[in-house]
Amino acid sequence: MTNERKSCEVVFHVRRFNPETDEKPYWQQFTVKVEPGMTVLDGLHQIKRQHDFSLAWRYSCRMGVCGSCGMLINGSATLACNTQILDISDRNLTIAALPNFKIIRDLVSDLSPMFEKHVAVLPYMLRDDIQEMHEPTGEYYQSPDDLLEYLQFTYCIKCGCCMAACPTMATDDAFLGPQPLAQAYRYTIDNRDDGTDRRKKAVTVEHGLFRCHYGGECSAVCPKGVDPARAIQLMKKQLFFDFLKLTKHKTPAHVLGRPEGVERNPKIPEPPPYTVEQE
Amino acid sequence: MRKSTAWNLHMLAGLCLVILLGIHMITTHLDLILGWFNPAGGEAINWRNVVGRGMHLSWMLFYICFLGIALYHGLYGLRSILFELTLTRGAEKVVTAVLVTFGIALFIMGAAAAVVFQSQAMGA
Amino acid sequence: MLQLKRHPNKLGIGGWLLKGRWGYERYLYILHRITGLGILTYFLLHIFVTSSRVLGMKTWEAVMGVLHHPVFMLGEYAVYAAFIFHALNGIRLILIEYGFAVGKAEEPVYPYRSSVNVQRPLGVGVMVLAVILALVGAARFFMLNGG
Ligand code: FES
Repeated sequence: MTNERKSCEVVFHVRRFNPETDEKPYWQQFTVKVEPGMTVLDGLHQIKRQHDFSLAWRYSCRMGVCGSCGMLINGSATLACNTQILDISDRNLTIAALPNFKIIRDLVSDLSPMFEKHVAVLPYMLRDDIQEMHEPTGEYYQSPDDLLEYLQFTYCIKCGCCMAACPTMATDDAFLGPQPLAQAYRYTIDNRDDGTDRRKKAVTVEHGLFRCHYGGECSAVCPKGVDPARAIQLMKKQLFFDFLKLTKHKTPAHVLGRPEGVERNPKIPEPPPYTVEQE
Repeated sequence: MRKSTAWNLHMLAGLCLVILLGIHMITTHLDLILGWFNPAGGEAINWRNVVGRGMHLSWMLFYICFLGIALYHGLYGLRSILFELTLTRGAEKVVTAVLVTFGIALFIMGAAAAVVFQSQAMGA
Repeated sequence: MLQLKRHPNKLGIGGWLLKGRWGYERYLYILHRITGLGILTYFLLHIFVTSSRVLGMKTWEAVMGVLHHPVFMLGEYAVYAAFIFHALNGIRLILIEYGFAVGKAEEPVYPYRSSVNVQRPLGVGVMVLAVILALVGAARFFMLNGG
């Protein structure tokens, strides 16, 4: 069966808000001629070009990498640049700023609370050997299996879609939220990390880990397949075994020094010479 | 109590309740289908059935455990829902204090009723 | 720096059910809350009602006579059904929240298969069981009549 798509007219219902002139947001409609292959982001550009140049939204990479263009499109949080218009509708499209964040203007939402919570869970390697971290003498040992434990959660682009979809976030301002909690697990489970205890303190606060009751929506909407809900439940599992005193204290990965007694493979090219003068 | 301890107990209490409340539901609502735990037969709420169960020490203990576990699970759940409505720090403290007091008061009342009733039923 | 006002855009309690197209599990989450609150309300009243047995047979039968009214019967059935749902969904939640039903971390390959898909059979299974048990209960509540 051929699934030939034809160009058609789609009505964009856009939720507008200008902090300088408007008391509250209102809906505005634009009719856009949509060609097959157009993303919602392309549609917004079309509106800016042909209808209303004052429409504001945020984007940068237009290829699902930077995480700037999260919006509520037809009632579900997703990336505008990653959504084909004709995939979801050939008649009406509603577009609004991501909920659970304050609106700065039109489709631009203020993600800074998410970034602050992200920082609060210590999303970086915590180890005692500071010296080694700053001036490495080798690399930390990690097997492919170790890598797989956390790899999935590193794909997060911090677009905020999960935070917008979470039902707990819908009422609880203080809840850490799926994005920060998933990142807390990403570092805790990394075998090079030694900060489990400190990070555990950061997530078992009143509005932390245990405010997740598995609505599953964050994982369903995640445009990168990060699956925050899985990370949160696996972290609870880890804490539960901790609670039962069943976890052994893990020692963080050791340093693998430079190999000795081997020669450089002559096929590996030398790096090009410096183009600026070295001190 | 630490957050994780409270939460783990909430889960454990929930698991216990599936069993305890399950027994309770079988006793009271499947009385005409299964007829378990009803010494006088017929409907579970007949006075003779109530006395028949109330007499036994094991039933008395069952009711008291049931009461305590259900109160903990229910009120902790309510507290979670309230906390997730973005309360102020002060309001959170008040909610916790009120729920704990209320829970303890109800537990004492219900447990006293079970104990008194057991001695009454034994005497009758 | 000029600080412009931001417009609050939290979904609020209304957003638990409305204001978006949500997935199956998110509605289960909401229903779990609602049934929980319902059962708790009933339970608190229930403590007072059943404690009246201390006052003897007369009071007990008077109270039970009032509660035999069809409205209360319907209410009791609602509590029974709510319990069935809450218990079965609760078992599912325990399995999930202790990390036993969400699968292992894997490399995301499009189309993504998340933990939601992994636990979906469980979610559907317990709901089918819930409907069956609720129907069995309905037979007792509305068809059999205790003498
Ligand atoms: S523009 Fe970068 S993710 Fe959409």
